Amino acid sequence: MRTASVKAGVARQLKNHTSFGQSLRHSLTMAYRGLLKIRRTPEQLFDVTLQPILFTLMFTYIFGGAISGDVVSYLPVIIPGILVQTVITTSIVTGVQLREDMDKGVFDRFKSLPIARIAPLAGALLADTIRYTIATVLTFTMGYLMGYRPDGGLEHVALAAVLVIFCSWAISWIFAFFGVIARTASSVQGISMIVLFPLTFLSNAFVPVETMPKWLQWFVNINPVSHLVTAVRELANSGTAGWDLGISLLGAAVIVAIFAPITVRAYMRRT
Amino acid sequence: MYKNNEWAVEAHGLVKVFGDNRAVDGVDLKVRAGSIYGVLGPNGAGKTTTIRMLATLLRPDAGSARVFGYDAVKESQIVRQLIGVTGQYASVDESLSATENLVIFSRLLGLGRAEAKAKAEELLEEFGLTEAAKRPLKNFSGGMRRRLDLAASLIAQPPLIFLDEPTTGLDPRTRAQMWETIRRLVKTGSTVLLTTQYLDEADQLADRIAVIDRGRVVAEGTVDELKTSVGTSSLHLRVEQASDVPETRRTIEQVLHAVSGVSSEAGVITAPMANADLVTDLLVALRAKGIRLAEMSVQKPTLDEVFLTITGEGAKNKEEASA
Repeated sequence: MRTASVKAGVARQLKNHTSFGQSLRHSLTMAYRGLLKIRRTPEQLFDVTLQPILFTLMFTYIFGGAISGDVVSYLPVIIPGILVQTVITTSIVTGVQLREDMDKGVFDRFKSLPIARIAPLAGALLADTIRYTIATVLTFTMGYLMGYRPDGGLEHVALAAVLVIFCSWAISWIFAFFGVIARTASSVQGISMIVLFPLTFLSNAFVPVETMPKWLQWFVNINPVSHLVTAVRELANSGTAGWDLGISLLGAAVIVAIFAPITVRAYMRRT
Repeated sequence: MYKNNEWAVEAHGLVKVFGDNRAVDGVDLKVRAGSIYGVLGPNGAGKTTTIRMLATLLRPDAGSARVFGYDAVKESQIVRQLIGVTGQYASVDESLSATENLVIFSRLLGLGRAEAKAKAEELLEEFGLTEAAKRPLKNFSGGMRRRLDLAASLIAQPPLIFLDEPTTGLDPRTRAQMWETIRRLVKTGSTVLLTTQYLDEADQLADRIAVIDRGRVVAEGTVDELKTSVGTSSLHLRVEQASDVPETRRTIEQVLHAVSGVSSEAGVITAPMANADLVTDLLVALRAKGIRLAEMSVQKPTLDEVFLTITGEGAKNKEEASA
C-alpha cells in the first residue's frame, strides 16, 4: 500500500451519468472480456463449427434432388437459407451464456462499477458476433466446396455475410432478454427454441414458397426470416440489393430499439 | 470535496423486504469518514442486504442511504465512483487470469491500456499474487481469490470500501494477513465498512460496531462500550443438581453483578464477567451454599453472548424460535 493513496475529492470529477462515448468504450471493454473468455474455453465454439458443416451437408444432399432437380442447382437456394438459419440459431447461445454469466459473482462487481448499465450486456452480445462470423464463413466455405459459385462475387458475398451477422446480433437481444428474465440457463434454451424453430422453418429458407398451402404462404411471406433469406440470396447470387434488404435492416433496428431497453431494465431490476 | 466530508455513510430507516421476509427492517447507520466500521451479526441477520443497498446493488424499499452526502438511489452513478465492493463470494471472473481480471476492471474505470497494465502489476505485487498472475483463477485458493477480489476493489482508490465478511472461510494465517491489509487501507485515508460474524474480528479491526439482528440494529457503539456491556470474558457453569440452577443464578448475580442466562440444551449457565478474578469469589460462595458443580470454564465472549447480553436471549435460541 506504499503507492496507493486516496485521491482528494477535487481530483475526482463526479458525474451522475455516462456519456455515449464512455458507454461505447465500456461496451468494447466488455466485448474484449468476452473474446478472452472464448479464447480460454475454445470448446464452447463446437456448435458454431459443427452445425454449419453438418447442416449444410445434410440439407443439401437430402433436399437437393427433390427440390431443384440436382444438388448444384439447389445450392444458390439452400446456402443463403441455411446460413440464416444456422447463424440465428447460434444467437440463442448468447442468451444462455448470459444467464450463466449473470449468476456469477463478477456481475455484482460490474454493477457496482461506475460504468454504463448497458455495457455488460452490449459487450457480451458484441463478443458473440465472432461466433456468427465463424458460422458464416464456414457455411459459405462448405457451399464453395460443394460447388456453390455465387454470381454476386466475393464483395457481395461479404456484404451478405455482414448483413446476416448484424441481423443475428439484433435478434440476439431477444434471447438476451429471455436470458435476463429466465431463472435457469436451460429454460432460456427451451423458450428460445420454441420461438426460433417455427420462425426459421416456416420461411423460404429451404423450399420455394409456391409449394406451400395458401394459409402458410401468408405467414411465410410476412416472416422476417424470409425477407432476410431473400436479401442474402439477392446479394450473393446476383449482387443486387432490393426491398428485402431494407425490410431486414429495418426489422433488425426495430428489434434492437425494443429489446435493448427492456433487457437493460430487466437486468437492472434483477438484483 | 464531497457533499459531506464528515460522514462516509448515513443510512436512515433502510428497509428491504423479500416476499414476506423483512430482511432489513429499519436500519440506521452512520459511519465517520476515515474509520473502520464493523457490522456484526449472525447468518441471515441482514448484513449483506444492508451492504448491497448502500453499494447501489439493491434498491431499498424504504428509507434513505447517502454516501459522502450523495443519495445511493438518485445519484447512484456518483456513489459508484466513490466505493469499492468486495462481496462475500469472490466477484472476479473465474475463467480469466488474475492479470486479465484486473486489466478489464481498470479499463472499465477509465484507465488507458498501458496504465491498466501497470495498475494490475502494481496491485498484484502489493497483494503477493505476482507469481500466480497468469494462472486461471480456477486454481486459486480461497485466500488468493479474496486477495484478488480486494485488489480489484482498490483500482480506483475509492474513499469508501465495503467488505462483506472478508475472512469467512479463511484459515487463521490468511485471516491475519487480510486484517493487516485492511488496517493498511485505512492508513491511506479510506473508510472501511465491513461485516462479520466474529466478535474478535470486529474487536481487532473496527472503531465502532453495530450489532444487527433480524434486520435491526440492536446495539451500536465503540468496541470498548460494547465489550463493557458483554464483559471481557464469560463464565460457563453446569451444576450437578438441576434444582440448584435458580440458587446458582442468584449467587452469580450477587457476586458478579451481572445477569446470567441458561441455555436449554445442556443446562449450562453463562454469565459475562468484567474481571476474571471474580471467579474465585463466586466459587467460594457456591461452596458455602453447598452447590456442587459438574463443569466450570471461563471463555472469551462469543457472538451468542453479545446477543444474550444485549437482547436478553441467545442468537441461536432466537433462530429456533422463529423457525
